[in-house]
Amino acid sequence: MSAQAPLHRLAALLPRVLFALYMAAFLIYLFLPLAIMSAATFNTSRFPTVTPWLGTTLQWFQALWNDQAMWKALWLSIGIGLAVVAFALPVGTAAALFLTSMNARARSFFYAVMVSPLLTPGVAIGIATLILWRQAGVSGGTMLIVLAQSTFITAYVMLMVVARLQRFDRTQEEAALGLGASRWMIFRRVLLPFLKPALIAAGFIAFLQSFENYNTTLFVRGTDTPLTVYIATKVRTGLTPAVNALALILIALTLVTAVVLELSRRRKERHQPG
Amino acid sequence: MAMAELIRRFGPGLGGVILILVALWIVGMVLAPNLMMLNFSLKPNLFPSEIGGPKDQYTLLNYTALFSDPVHRAIFLKTVWGSALVTAITLAVTYPLAFWMAKVASVRGARAMLIALIIPFWINEVLRTLAWYILLAFNGPLNIFLQTLGIIDQPVRWFGDTGVLAGMVYAYILFMLFPIYNSISTLETAQIDAARDLGASTLRIHRRIVIPHAKAGIATGCVFTFMLAAGSYVAPALLGSPGSRWFTEIIYNWFFEGGNWNRGAAYALILLVLCMAVVLAALRLFRVNLADVAK
Repeated sequence: MSAQAPLHRLAALLPRVLFALYMAAFLIYLFLPLAIMSAATFNTSRFPTVTPWLGTTLQWFQALWNDQAMWKALWLSIGIGLAVVAFALPVGTAAALFLTSMNARARSFFYAVMVSPLLTPGVAIGIATLILWRQAGVSGGTMLIVLAQSTFITAYVMLMVVARLQRFDRTQEEAALGLGASRWMIFRRVLLPFLKPALIAAGFIAFLQSFENYNTTLFVRGTDTPLTVYIATKVRTGLTPAVNALALILIALTLVTAVVLELSRRRKERHQPG
Repeated sequence: MAMAELIRRFGPGLGGVILILVALWIVGMVLAPNLMMLNFSLKPNLFPSEIGGPKDQYTLLNYTALFSDPVHRAIFLKTVWGSALVTAITLAVTYPLAFWMAKVASVRGARAMLIALIIPFWINEVLRTLAWYILLAFNGPLNIFLQTLGIIDQPVRWFGDTGVLAGMVYAYILFMLFPIYNSISTLETAQIDAARDLGASTLRIHRRIVIPHAKAGIATGCVFTFMLAAGSYVAPALLGSPGSRWFTEIIYNWFFEGGNWNRGAAYALILLVLCMAVVLAALRLFRVNLADVAK
C-alpha cells in the first residue's frame, strides 16, 4: 500500500503537468511568430528573417520612414476608417433603435437580416457591392471600400448599441415627456448620454475593423491601396524588414492601448467598488 | 406598425431619419447588392454590345460550371473540408484554455491572459499571416531550428496545405476562444464541484455539464471560424502553394484575371450559401438561436 501512494500522487499530478505543457505550448504558438517578426526588424538581412543574423541595425525604421507609398497607404486607411465610423455609428444606432421599437416577431426577422452581413464571407460583401455599383457606373475605389466595409461594420455597431439599450429604462423617456421635454430633447439629453459608452466602444471597434480589413477591401479597392493591401502586395513585390518595422510599431501601439485601457478600467473599479 | 411606434417614440423628424438610415443600410447595402449579384450570376458573360440582345438570357451555366470543372470542384470540396478541419483543430486547441480562464484561473490571471490574447487579435490578419510567412520560409527560423535539433536533415517546404492550416488556426483562434470563454463563465462553479463530489470524472464533467452549458458559445465559435476560414484569402495567398489553392482564389481570378464577373458572382454566391448553410446547420444542431450566436 505504501508503494502505491507515490504512484497515486503522480497520477493526480499528471493532468496538471499536461495542462502546464499545453499552456506553455499555446503561449509559444501565440507569441513566437510575432516575436520573430518583430526581431527580424533589427536584422540587416534584406529578406526579413532571424536566421542567419547578419548584423544588428535600425536602418529598416529609416527605410519605413522614407517609404512614400507606405505613408500614402496609411493615411488612406485612416481616412477610410474615419469615414466608416462616421457612417456606421449613426446608422448602427438607428438600426438598434428601430429594432427595439418593434414587436417580437418583426424584431427577430429584421434582426436576422441585420446580422446576416456578419455571417457572410467578406469577399462576397465586396463582390456584391462591386457589382451593384458597376451597374451605376461607379468602379472600385475609396468610396466603394467605405460602403462595402460599412455594410458589415454597421452590424457590429448595431449589436453593441442593442446590448446597451437592453439595460435602458424606458420610463425615463416617459418621465421626461411628462415634464414637457420635446422628443428631440429626450433623444439628446436622455438616450444619447446613456448610449455614450457603447458608442465610444463601437466607434473604436468600427475603426479597428475597417483598418484591418482585407478580404472585402480587396475586391472593391480599384487601384487604391490601403495599408493591408499594401502589406500583402509587398510580399509579392519584394518584402523587406521595413514591413516588419511597421508590424513592430503596430504591435507596440496595440500593447500600449491595451495597457492603458486596462489601467483606466482598474481605476474606474476602484472608484466604484462592487 | 413599427413605423407608428418609432414616430410615437421619437417624433416624425427623428423617427423619419431613423427609418431612412435603416432603409439605406438594409435595402441599399444588404439586399440590393446581394440581389444584383444573384441576377448577375444567372446571366452569361457577354460583351457590352450584346447586353439586352438575344443572348442575354437567364442560365444556370455559371453554377453548373463549378461542378463540371474537375479542378474547381476539387478546390471547392477541399475548401469545405479544410475549413472544417481548421474549425475542429481550433476548437480542440482553445477549449482547455477557455475553460481554464473561465473556471480555474484567478480573476487577475484571467484578465492578464485576456490582455495577452488581445494583442495578436488587434493587429490585422495580414500581419498575423506575415508572421507565419517569415517563420515558415524555406530557409526560415523553423527549418533551421528543427535542423539544429536534428529532427529533420533537409529543410521542409511548409508552404502549402500545412502552412495554410497553421496560419488559419492562428488567425482565427480568438474568434473561437472568446465565445466559448464567455459561455463557460456563466456556468455556476458549484455545479462542477457538486459533480466532482459525487464522483464524476473530469471527462464526464465536461461531457455532461460544461459542454452542454457552453453549447451556444461553441456553436458561435465554430460558425465564425468556419466562415472566416472558408472566406479567407490572405492565408492561402501567402502560405499556400500552387497545389493548395483555395476557393476564394478562384473567385478572385474570375474577377481580376479571368475577366468573367458573372461566373465569379456565381462562385461567390456558392460560397455565401455554403456559409449560410453551415450557420443554419449549427443553429439546428446545437439548438441555439441567432440572438445567442451574434452576441
